[in-house]
Amino acid sequence: MRYLSEYRDPTIAKKLIEDIKKISKKPVKFMEVCGTHTVSISKNGIRQVLPENISLLSGPGCPVCVTANGDIDKAIAIAEAPGVIFTTFGDMMKVPGSYSSLSEKSADGADIRVVYSTLDALKIAKNNPDKKVVFFAVGFETTAPTIALSILEAERQGIKNYFIYSVHKMVPPAMAALLNLGEVKLDGFICPGHVSAIIGSKPYEFIARDHKISCVIAGFEPIDILQSISMLVKQVENGEAKVEIGYKRGVSSLGNTKAQEVMKKVFEACDAEWRGIGVIPESGLSLRTNFEGFDASKIFDVDVPPTKEHLGCSCGEILRGVKLPYDCKLFGKACTPENPIGPCMVSTEGSCAAYYRYGEVVDGV
Amino acid sequence: MCLAVPGKVVRLKDLDMADVEIGGVETEVGLQLVSDVKVGEYVLVHAGYAINKIDEEGAKEMMKLFEEIGELDEIAKLRENDEIS
Amino acid sequence: MNHDKIILAHGSGGKLSNDLLKNIFLKDFTNPILEKLDDMAILNLNGVKVAFTTDSYVVNPIFFNGGDIGKLAICGTVNDLSMSGAVPKYISAAFVIEEGFPVDDLKKITGSMRKAAEEAGVEIVTGDTKVVEKGSADKIFINTAGIGLIESGIDISGSNAKVGDRVILSGTIGDHGIAIMSRREGLEFKTGLKSDCAPLNQLVQDMLQVSEKIRCLRDPTRGGLATILNEIAKQSGVSICIKEEKIPVKEGVGGACEMLGFDPLYVANEGKLIAVVDSIDAEKVLKAMKKNKYGKDSQIIGEIAESPKGKVLLKTFLGTRRIIDVLVGEQLPRIC
Repeated sequence: MRYLSEYRDPTIAKKLIEDIKKISKKPVKFMEVCGTHTVSISKNGIRQVLPENISLLSGPGCPVCVTANGDIDKAIAIAEAPGVIFTTFGDMMKVPGSYSSLSEKSADGADIRVVYSTLDALKIAKNNPDKKVVFFAVGFETTAPTIALSILEAERQGIKNYFIYSVHKMVPPAMAALLNLGEVKLDGFICPGHVSAIIGSKPYEFIARDHKISCVIAGFEPIDILQSISMLVKQVENGEAKVEIGYKRGVSSLGNTKAQEVMKKVFEACDAEWRGIGVIPESGLSLRTNFEGFDASKIFDVDVPPTKEHLGCSCGEILRGVKLPYDCKLFGKACTPENPIGPCMVSTEGSCAAYYRYGEVVDGV
Repeated sequence: MCLAVPGKVVRLKDLDMADVEIGGVETEVGLQLVSDVKVGEYVLVHAGYAINKIDEEGAKEMMKLFEEIGELDEIAKLRENDEIS
Repeated sequence: MNHDKIILAHGSGGKLSNDLLKNIFLKDFTNPILEKLDDMAILNLNGVKVAFTTDSYVVNPIFFNGGDIGKLAICGTVNDLSMSGAVPKYISAAFVIEEGFPVDDLKKITGSMRKAAEEAGVEIVTGDTKVVEKGSADKIFINTAGIGLIESGIDISGSNAKVGDRVILSGTIGDHGIAIMSRREGLEFKTGLKSDCAPLNQLVQDMLQVSEKIRCLRDPTRGGLATILNEIAKQSGVSICIKEEKIPVKEGVGGACEMLGFDPLYVANEGKLIAVVDSIDAEKVLKAMKKNKYGKDSQIIGEIAESPKGKVLLKTFLGTRRIIDVLVGEQLPRIC
């Protein structure tokens, strides 16, 4: 596939690895904010080829993992309301809330359907005028514009039975919150490529300027990631901290202004609760008042049981980069992908699932 | 956190929709978030929508950086193979 | 089990299916033949070795590119029998049909069952039909069982893999799973892909003709290549190391997997097999496989190692290694 297979080429990869080994002297900690990076790093065994002085930490970049228990409980309550068809990306199906998951509720008979796109959810709404079709709007800046479009489209076509339950979140405020907590000392961020496709590179500038931490926006293929690591290493070795784009084919410094406008038209920033981090001001997206009629959290008056956190689960610390999955005492024992306790084990891109599934092996094991 | 894949626009359709080919698969994609897309161009597809056009110049620029790391002729050879495949 | 209800993943061929088998079925049904956990039972009837198997087919959609539920029901059972080295002989077919199902569709299905049976050289010799109320079943379910004969001297089982043996895959992976997926409601995408659904008994016979050192045969259906290799590694108490670059994946399968966030290693196949063969015979068997139309894309994808026992390792294109686990739950299209 064009623009994919070139970035999996072993010869270029080897050159980049040699390059990194040659220039990297200082011990450094880089955080990949994005879960898709976590998966790609694990899947390709990138840690195995890096020199020992470079360590990679996973951050809070999986929208599934950072969704608070209470939000999942509410989604489940809405899905169980009479006359509702609940639509969701496949990612959310197995995530446990306080008591249950959408997948279990589906087994109990709730009408829960996995869709690939809001286009599909809108179609379902059109085809079932006597039902209320709710879409579980989860995702970062990459996904939010596509959800915003579905609202505009529903309005344009006069579809009155389409609603969204928004738990959208924005990445830069979470990076700020993480830095302000000051728990981990970082030398660089591998910034999320597809979030940046929408927001551009400017929103990361405060990190380089105020915190003196290097940032490189990275693509998702192994060569993209190696390339970004080599760019970060160069910055660190040169004593620089700036925002660079390593994923030039997908990201421009201004981002996608059209998508930004669509997002702004439909959503406004709100405080949002992140699992493991708590409430981060202005880090979520809620529907603007003129679109209130589409807001499932306002339309549905459902009883949500009190939230319950799972004892012993370290997802919070893992999402903040304070612990590695292996440091959690439940990892691989009480908590496995088939019986997940925390969301980091559920989502394919959750750190725990990535570490478990692609459990890296050293030669000679 | 966000899966997006490059796809080639093969057909423009009504209502800002297009058929996009992603590695031998054709799927309908919304173009509402991008401007001036032409048939033959590549877009990044996420959750049924094109979220950006692929910047060919940007891609070339990065490939050039790879060339600077290693021997020019070796990469040139790789490129050739790429075009054939 | 942490689940007090059956969820879909219990049927997906992955870890939960395995839990169900161990914690429920094996508790009540245990006996030495069943405990082998091969895809078929091998019975000794008055000195004759007979392979016996059964499977139910509930595929949705029932008609798909490259086949339909009927073809699948015959090929699936023929293949399960063949994986013991048996020559499949007789098949039973039982239908559970939802009230209102079009007779023309039923005719299409039985027609393709006849064709598949003819190709495989088996006869459908007994059967049953039940019709249930609308909503009690989804259109049509088919169960088939089959028996086949195993020549003396043939000993093929998932527990026979030995260190040094080679692993051969008979062609591209994921064709069936993606062909089916492309027709699912709400997920429609166009692809020229066809299900690989095919009877593999002749391919197996061609392999047995050239080698007496075929240790294991398995068809990687639900759960895909990754899950089946894990089963072999566990049953044989060995490690399997495969190379990413050797595993053939068709363009459309690769593209669909990129788009939906699937891993082709876990996508179902219906006309592929994995053979574990003594290294001395590996090239010979590979050559024989390539001559058969269902094995023309065969590849040696890896070999059996001593440790880590029970685990499957994949050597990535970067030269790194990672563990390939079994499928957990179903693969669902994802956006992140």
